[in-house]
Amino acid sequence: MWEKILILPRFLIDRRRTMGKFIRLKKGFDINLAGKAALKIAPTDQPETYAIKPSDFHGIYMPKMLVAEGDAVKAGSPLFHDKKNDNIVFTSPVSGEVIEIKRGEKRKLLEVKILADKTIEYQSFTKYSVSEIVNLGRDKAQEQLLASGAWLNLVQRPFGIVADPAERPKSIFISGFDSHPLAPDYSFIYKGQDHFFQVGVDILKKFTTGQVHLNVHSSKEISTAFSQVKGIELNKFSGPHPSGCVGVQIHHLDPIGKSDAVWTISPYGVIQIGKLFINGIYDASRIVAVAGSEVKDPQYYKTFTGGSVKKFLQNNLKQEHVRIISGNVLTGTRISPEDHLGFYDQLVSVIPEGDHHEFLGWITPSTSKLSFSRAWGLLSFLNYKKEYVLDSNTKGEPRAFVQTGVFEKVTPIDILPTHLLKAIIAEDYDDMEALGIYEVIEEDLALCEFVDVSKHEVQDILREGIDLMMKS
Amino acid sequence: MKFLRNTLDKVKHDFEKGGKWERYYYVFEALDTFAFVPKTTTGVKGAQIRDAVDMKRLMMTVILAMIPCLLFGIYNVGHQHFLAIGQAAGFGEKIWVGIVQVIPIIIVSYATGLTVEFIFATFRRHPVNEGFLVTGMLIPLVMPPDIPLWQVAIATIFAVVIGKEAFGGTGMNVVNIALTARAFLYFAYPVNIAGEVWTFIPEGAKTVEGYSGATPLAIAAETLTSGQNAVEAFSAFGTGWADNMYTFWNMFMGFMPGSIGETSTLMCLIGAFILIATGVGSWKIIVSVFAGAYGMGLFLNLVGSNPFTLMPAHYHLVVGGLAFGAVFMATDPVTAAQTETGKWFYGFLIGIFTVLVRVFNPAYPEGIMLAILLMNVFAPLIDYFVVSANKKRRLKRATI
Repeated sequence: MWEKILILPRFLIDRRRTMGKFIRLKKGFDINLAGKAALKIAPTDQPETYAIKPSDFHGIYMPKMLVAEGDAVKAGSPLFHDKKNDNIVFTSPVSGEVIEIKRGEKRKLLEVKILADKTIEYQSFTKYSVSEIVNLGRDKAQEQLLASGAWLNLVQRPFGIVADPAERPKSIFISGFDSHPLAPDYSFIYKGQDHFFQVGVDILKKFTTGQVHLNVHSSKEISTAFSQVKGIELNKFSGPHPSGCVGVQIHHLDPIGKSDAVWTISPYGVIQIGKLFINGIYDASRIVAVAGSEVKDPQYYKTFTGGSVKKFLQNNLKQEHVRIISGNVLTGTRISPEDHLGFYDQLVSVIPEGDHHEFLGWITPSTSKLSFSRAWGLLSFLNYKKEYVLDSNTKGEPRAFVQTGVFEKVTPIDILPTHLLKAIIAEDYDDMEALGIYEVIEEDLALCEFVDVSKHEVQDILREGIDLMMKS
Repeated sequence: MKFLRNTLDKVKHDFEKGGKWERYYYVFEALDTFAFVPKTTTGVKGAQIRDAVDMKRLMMTVILAMIPCLLFGIYNVGHQHFLAIGQAAGFGEKIWVGIVQVIPIIIVSYATGLTVEFIFATFRRHPVNEGFLVTGMLIPLVMPPDIPLWQVAIATIFAVVIGKEAFGGTGMNVVNIALTARAFLYFAYPVNIAGEVWTFIPEGAKTVEGYSGATPLAIAAETLTSGQNAVEAFSAFGTGWADNMYTFWNMFMGFMPGSIGETSTLMCLIGAFILIATGVGSWKIIVSVFAGAYGMGLFLNLVGSNPFTLMPAHYHLVVGGLAFGAVFMATDPVTAAQTETGKWFYGFLIGIFTVLVRVFNPAYPEGIMLAILLMNVFAPLIDYFVVSANKKRRLKRATI
């Protein structure tokens, strides 16, 4: 009311930060792994090759190439687009030469590899001043986001797909912390980006009819980019992982119904959007953490989206028999030492490979095996603060679902995971919908996969269900 | 251990697809994974690390929780035996009699059950499930000490085949397997599992003067006709040869006739402590069974008119198999209610029905078995209501 009486300029009203909520979560589990990245950036050469993989994106009908092997590209120039929705463009993170277009069975596009120039040249996009951005129309902003490829930072719920440009989301969510094991420290990697973050938020506000929510953890250090930003609703969360999963946050703040859409974006994406409008370039540079028990010197590295992990791991591994993961150990993807980072990943985790037998390993007591359970001989509950070294062994064989109630203890949302998974396996569309498949994607139920006694591939099952719902 | 591993690896290919013993793959797999945790690793995408818990360890924890009941049961079998024949005996002698009676039952239960499991695993081509490790121990603990071994074998086969494998194996069964075995014996061979069969008395042995093998539940049921006060009837029992056998505290400790493992409420509570502390058994179910039985007992005390209904409510918790059923049978994660809210209803109703069956059906004094079997059947219905409530709540929340 009083804003109207005082007749404040419109942009001032918009930039006021509304008081957010404080959500206390109890359920969940923090996995404390050895090999956290030290807060320093390693001096190293830039990786030479970069790759964009269509498999990192959901909801893409079919990629159609716009360049050929041998073509020169700039950072921000298009590589391919979606055949059905051709304004969704996938652009190059760096300037250089397209050296390989890798295809699999039935010519399915696997990745587009680029050999980077020594100095990056940027495709130029329109620059705006801060005051111009305030008056910038939504359509113009959308055009620039789509053309630059920065649009891909926007992920739409339900289903976790690349945002539909025709959709008007009821709110936009930014998770301001990562609660996964070995996650990068946001206040470190986003240092000095306050201004770009603010501009990114200003752009995002044009797309939603509701709020832009920024969620931080009550006991973690909050980046100044988050504490200073205006025009958002700042909410606090407490409790263990998965409190940092944006799906959990949406569930508690603005739940998704059947006909709703909510967009999510990482702080990295917000900053990238800010740079796009202020500097007029698609800046894909990012700081990634290289961490895990098998890394000699876990720390941060500067690279670009889709960078090769080779340079980070050279002479930096304690042993050869390791599993390299793009992303975190709960939701990530196994890659080879020659491979590239996933589009959304800011972490390379390296853990021991677990392909070994263990004599009577199912009964011997141990304090070094991490378990959420306190069943016979699993003593890790005595000291969850300890840093654990975990390998990739499944530690048991797949079995039928036995309801031990453990899924519910790591799922801090009002969803019955076992019943949802069973509905998916039974392909019961009505039940999937009623039990909340619109509210979750893989990462939200990743802990269920970790703790499962019956060793199901929970995330794969969930994605199958989502695919069924999208096709229906 | 290297030698064992090498041997297993050497013969493994014979059991794999195309090998000469291909059809016995799951038998081999069961033995292999029993000796060694397999070297399988997590998939390309998704959780790259897994919790150290697995089904074997979970089942092992339940077996450990049953050990106090088993050890006490072995002692008690001997103890009751010498009481009945009127001889004084030392601790060692009682244990020995118990071992001779109980161990063969355990061996028969495991041997027949595992044989059936392996046969089914071979023909139906599914892995051998660890569930029977628990069932194989539960069955002996709910048997009378002098049950004929062939009956144990038949009951076990019936329970595993009809109770479990017919439904698709562990995780798919509707009713508790060990209770299926006991119910089968009860209806097929009532002579050996009902009446005064709960004390081991060898054929031809002379019992002490005034001996009666009546259990507290039988005595309580008798008060319906005699009109005697139940607690008085308890204290009058055993005069001369087993004084004070049926006092509340003695029954709580478990020095009385009954199934091998079920007499001692104290040992069941130790088991309950292990299950709850390890998080393997649902404390909600255990607590609510006791609460349901006690609540129903109190209610009958208030409205009841005959001596059995007037038996103090806390006696219901220590007589018969209520404690054992509440701790080890009702908590079976496969057959219990699967929703957290549902568990409260499920347990509470088991408690209520147990007391109802006991008090109003004197022909069958022990109610816990039937109450659990009944609620096993109704558990999916309870879950249905809880899940429907969740769906409604979700729908309402999303449309506001």
